[in-house]
Amino acid sequence: MSELLRPQEIGIPVPQIGTHSAPLWEAAQRGVVAFQRCEQCGASPHKVAVVCGRCHARNLAWVESAGRGRLYSWTVVWRPQTPVFHVPYAPAIVQMDEGFWLICSLIGLAPDDIKADLEVGIEFHAASEALQIPYARPLPR
Amino acid sequence: MSEHPYRDVAIVGVFNTIQARRLEGHDSQSIAMEAAFGALADAGIELQDVDAVVGSFAADMVLELELGPCARVQNTLGIPAVLQGAQMIAAGEADVVLLAAGGASVYLDRGATAPWTRPSNELVVSHGLFTAAEFALMARRHMLLYGTTPEQMAEVAAVIRNNGHINPDAVYFGRGPFTRDDVLNSRMIADPFHLLDCSTTSEGGCGLVLARADRADRSRAAWIYGGASDAFGPSYQVPPVWDMTGRSDLVAGYVGRQAATKVFALAGLGPDDVDVAELYDPFSFEIIRQLEAFGFCGEGEGGAFVDDGHIALGGRLPVTTDGGTMSFSHAGQNAQMLQRVIRAVEQIRGECKSAQVPDATVAICSNGGAGALFTDVMLLGSERP
Repeated sequence: MSELLRPQEIGIPVPQIGTHSAPLWEAAQRGVVAFQRCEQCGASPHKVAVVCGRCHARNLAWVESAGRGRLYSWTVVWRPQTPVFHVPYAPAIVQMDEGFWLICSLIGLAPDDIKADLEVGIEFHAASEALQIPYARPLPR
Repeated sequence: MSEHPYRDVAIVGVFNTIQARRLEGHDSQSIAMEAAFGALADAGIELQDVDAVVGSFAADMVLELELGPCARVQNTLGIPAVLQGAQMIAAGEADVVLLAAGGASVYLDRGATAPWTRPSNELVVSHGLFTAAEFALMARRHMLLYGTTPEQMAEVAAVIRNNGHINPDAVYFGRGPFTRDDVLNSRMIADPFHLLDCSTTSEGGCGLVLARADRADRSRAAWIYGGASDAFGPSYQVPPVWDMTGRSDLVAGYVGRQAATKVFALAGLGPDDVDVAELYDPFSFEIIRQLEAFGFCGEGEGGAFVDDGHIALGGRLPVTTDGGTMSFSHAGQNAQMLQRVIRAVEQIRGECKSAQVPDATVAICSNGGAGALFTDVMLLGSERP
């Protein structure tokens, strides 16, 4: 039985928050996944944006996600990017129920138990005193 | 039929400096300078005939070598930089273009992964991603979609590392031979990539000289049959999603397919005409993906293609014959990208010290990869187009 993946400790590198991304990180402080959706065509951008990539309208609205999705891809890292990260850790891409892709890290399961399409819920843990980042935990079946 | 755009552009000089884990006394600029002199000597061209310099240190070189007035282009990438130099000649902007790249004294904190592998975007920075993890996220999708296996990836790594094992100029010369099991038994870095599935890091420089066809000795020239680049966005700033699309149905997982299609069309050739493939090998899986993206096999067939021995020396399509970034060198600062072109030129000339593909007349080379959301492709050959 291998150890369960767990959140990183405070002290890992933290984002430089961009001009247009304050709503994303404010929602994170409340434990909520915020994402952008085009009010014209409904598409979501791949990163914080000012223009919709699909229809090129300029009215992207911030929306709160229900915080659930399916595991789309993952890796288990055993050689950390820098020594401030404890290993193993598991960066993952989750396809959220609202249709956008979220980069996060898996927690609450052993590396050997990771499977495609696992249903996950997003929760937040501190990366610094001031900033929370998203993690994905398998939903109880 | 109209004249080929690169008919008057010849690649007349290539050079690799010594490549090593560490080159004491050098920084990136000084080793790039060594490479520049080497490439010019190989071309038999005098420094004062250079009227354009391309690379990270172009402006500094123009100053230090007192080349002014001279065009300087700070384009740092490998294949796009070569193409830009070729276009300058084709457009009459320059007659002799010098490209030089090098990396040294950059990666000194060995507790961390190499600085050029680490992203800084706000979405990814706290998740400990680096290139191995980014490319692993692409590889995992291929495994789920097509059943590609770690054993097939290990075959790629073993083939390329064995090419380096017999190359006296490779940093890891004589360090093999490697079997699939050696790769599979090496420690895990970012699942599914073991240590030996990943590129190494090292230091070194390289250079290349392009000249207008009537300005140089063409007896050893290699010619550009075509080149093109595809991207889906910036590298390492967004989740590397295999299924991401843009203006067509082509997914990011097959970035480079459009470029390859354009290149083959310009050349009037197809994948079956290629004698050797100097593919960029940041991670073993990337070769399997490129074989599919460039049309050497169908979607999902890359694993079986390498399983069948086609990419080994003596196979249908020998791949990355100097040992690539896995064994030859990976100095960062994009030297390793230009080295794919240099090796393709050496193959076309028939001058490889090891792993020369007999009678190679057409070579494909590539840069980048799906995990970085871009792929550049170039086709070189022995005949003036």
